[in-house]
Amino acid sequence: MSKNGPVSAFHRLRRRYGNTMIVALALVVMAVLVNVTPLKEQTWLRVLFGISALNFTLRATVPLVLGALSGILCERSGIINIGIEGMMLAGAFAGFVAKTSTNHWPLAASLIFSVVAAVAVGGLMGAVHALFSIRFRMDQIISGTVIIILALGTTSYLYNRDAIAEGKFSSIPIPGLAHIPVIGPVLFDNPPITYLALIMVVVVHLGLFYTRWGLRTRAVGEHPRAADTVGINVNRYRYINTSLGGMLAGLAGAFLVLEAVGQFQEGMTAGRGFISLAAMIFGNWNPVGALGAATLFGYTQALQNELLLAGVTQVPRQFISMLPYVVTIVAVSGLVGRVRPPAAEGKVYETEGSA
Amino acid sequence: MRRPVLATASPTTGIARTLRALLIPSLALLAALLAGAVVMILSGDDPMAAYGGLFKGAFGDGKGWARTIRKTIPFVLTGLSVALAFKVSLFNIGASGQFVMGSVFAVAVGINFEGLPVYVHLPLALIAGIAGGLLWGAIPGILKVYTGAHEVIVTIMLNYVASLLGGWTVYAGGTQGQTPGPLWDRTAGAISETPDVLHSAQIPWLFGPPYRVHYGVFLALAAAILVWWLIFKTPLGFEMRTVGHNMRAARYAGIRVNFTIILTMALAGGLAGLAGAIETLGLNHKFAPEFGGAVGFDGITVALLGQTHPIGVLLAAFMFGALDGGAATMQFESGVPADIIQIIQALVLAFVAAPLIIRLIFRLRPQSQEDAGSAVSTSWGGT
Repeated sequence: MSKNGPVSAFHRLRRRYGNTMIVALALVVMAVLVNVTPLKEQTWLRVLFGISALNFTLRATVPLVLGALSGILCERSGIINIGIEGMMLAGAFAGFVAKTSTNHWPLAASLIFSVVAAVAVGGLMGAVHALFSIRFRMDQIISGTVIIILALGTTSYLYNRDAIAEGKFSSIPIPGLAHIPVIGPVLFDNPPITYLALIMVVVVHLGLFYTRWGLRTRAVGEHPRAADTVGINVNRYRYINTSLGGMLAGLAGAFLVLEAVGQFQEGMTAGRGFISLAAMIFGNWNPVGALGAATLFGYTQALQNELLLAGVTQVPRQFISMLPYVVTIVAVSGLVGRVRPPAAEGKVYETEGSA
Repeated sequence: MRRPVLATASPTTGIARTLRALLIPSLALLAALLAGAVVMILSGDDPMAAYGGLFKGAFGDGKGWARTIRKTIPFVLTGLSVALAFKVSLFNIGASGQFVMGSVFAVAVGINFEGLPVYVHLPLALIAGIAGGLLWGAIPGILKVYTGAHEVIVTIMLNYVASLLGGWTVYAGGTQGQTPGPLWDRTAGAISETPDVLHSAQIPWLFGPPYRVHYGVFLALAAAILVWWLIFKTPLGFEMRTVGHNMRAARYAGIRVNFTIILTMALAGGLAGLAGAIETLGLNHKFAPEFGGAVGFDGITVALLGQTHPIGVLLAAFMFGALDGGAATMQFESGVPADIIQIIQALVLAFVAAPLIIRLIFRLRPQSQEDAGSAVSTSWGGT
């Protein structure tokens, strides 16, 4: 095999980003094919790959990819974060409360303030998780569970059912690009948090692999003792990364309330935090891989939606609604030996002699 | 197999050990109630009125006690389910799904087979419920062993699948010609629920209405004793604990680690399934999608509050039963939303999982290795 041949390039891509990129790529090819050729006359193909399905896919992907990025930031520094679900919910609730209490402000100002509130509360939850895991040496999976139950309880307790958020983010078409067939309406005619999420993928990727902060984060997650020896403050990096991760989960919550739904509902995250974790694993702890995985999971949610709306099948709706969850199980099961978590993940780090 | 010293060795006497084991959970509960009071004060509610109402609702009269006991039963079983898995370093977040599957399987037997005598029909329905949970618990065990899929993700996803599957069994049918679910009550119109469980499959009342306490309370007690016996008195339990302490050493010692993991997850599922079966056959007498498994998630807290010990789980389940039993009266009498109970339960979990916080609050001296928190679970890597 030649060193720079397309085959080896393919293998390199696969090794770096996992199988998710292939799936995501296949999806894009099918979508373009169906939408620019007469194939779109076929009801079934339209349901599976039409513009509406793609739009919904992206909408469903945004919270998943943000959640997965949140997980990547925490876990690359060695903190397992199964509390993403709770951080998302807390962020969503904070965004909702901020929006309802600033309804009288100009819409844009109120929305931006609410996003900031959601991100801040998400970050706070991340900091609490780090505090539990590092300072109080709590089992990290238990700590994540505490975050989830706490968020569920607190948001239900404080939720005022009469409060209504007025207005949400609307689409901002990007001049020029929005008119490209198929890709334009899907990718370049979206509300702001969607763009932000896609930008965050690039930012986290560049940050992790091309900056000093990223190198140190990865060192802390792989071999904290070595990192400590060269003078990196292991726990400081873990606090910072887990808080940043919480902020991304909070942003996902903001997306749900301020961009997708426009209101808060109790337990509205509906397992998205957990599917994000699966996307993170499926994407091999790599931001771009996670985007591919999140797209796949987002697509199953879109499919569920399209199939139910189109009414083209006699399969009971419960089985269609199972799709995202079953695909998630299949995805995390099909990975034995193919992904590798950060080596020091889940372990408390103590400097020598302090234990 | 040799009986190793480490399993039984203990420097302190039984009573001292028991008292020490009770210390952290009791203080955690106290701290959570105090923190709950702070939350109530901050949001303008009266904690004294709330806790007064809570106590009255849980223990105020016979009906209160009955409510507390009624709520305790499923907590015992889901708590045992999670605790058993913890003993093997497995985290079973799937008790809610297993609970639902147990309910569905039990009700499927309970509404059919007319004419069977009670002593055949009821055990059959209970066993069906256990089998349903067993099956749902075994899946994550098998996937963990053979594919490395982490049980946390698989059990959570299976919770959603179980809830949808349960919903489908009582599905009233759709507009595109979808057939109704197999257990749907044809006389219920558009309502999604099963018919009532036949009398021969209902768990008899220990105290009939208005108290509504059924004999399932003894099943829960028996399950706790059985799990205690299994974990501490059988070779299998020793193998489980060894796998939980050190998987690599267990494998080296010739213990069938993979088998132990699958069996433990299946048994954990069976316990949660039994919880579902008992709730269905003893109390609800039918299945509907809303009889879901919030108790499954609470099982985690109960298991940790009970220090993953079966007797501890009994006590913790009783505390949770009281919190849930009194919640409605609390909301009615003081106007404080019953959701505060959920916050208190989460705080209990936080405090009990991090003994260091409790030691900090109550200024206790640090003590041995227990403080390192309970390292209960493994990383995503699987082994």
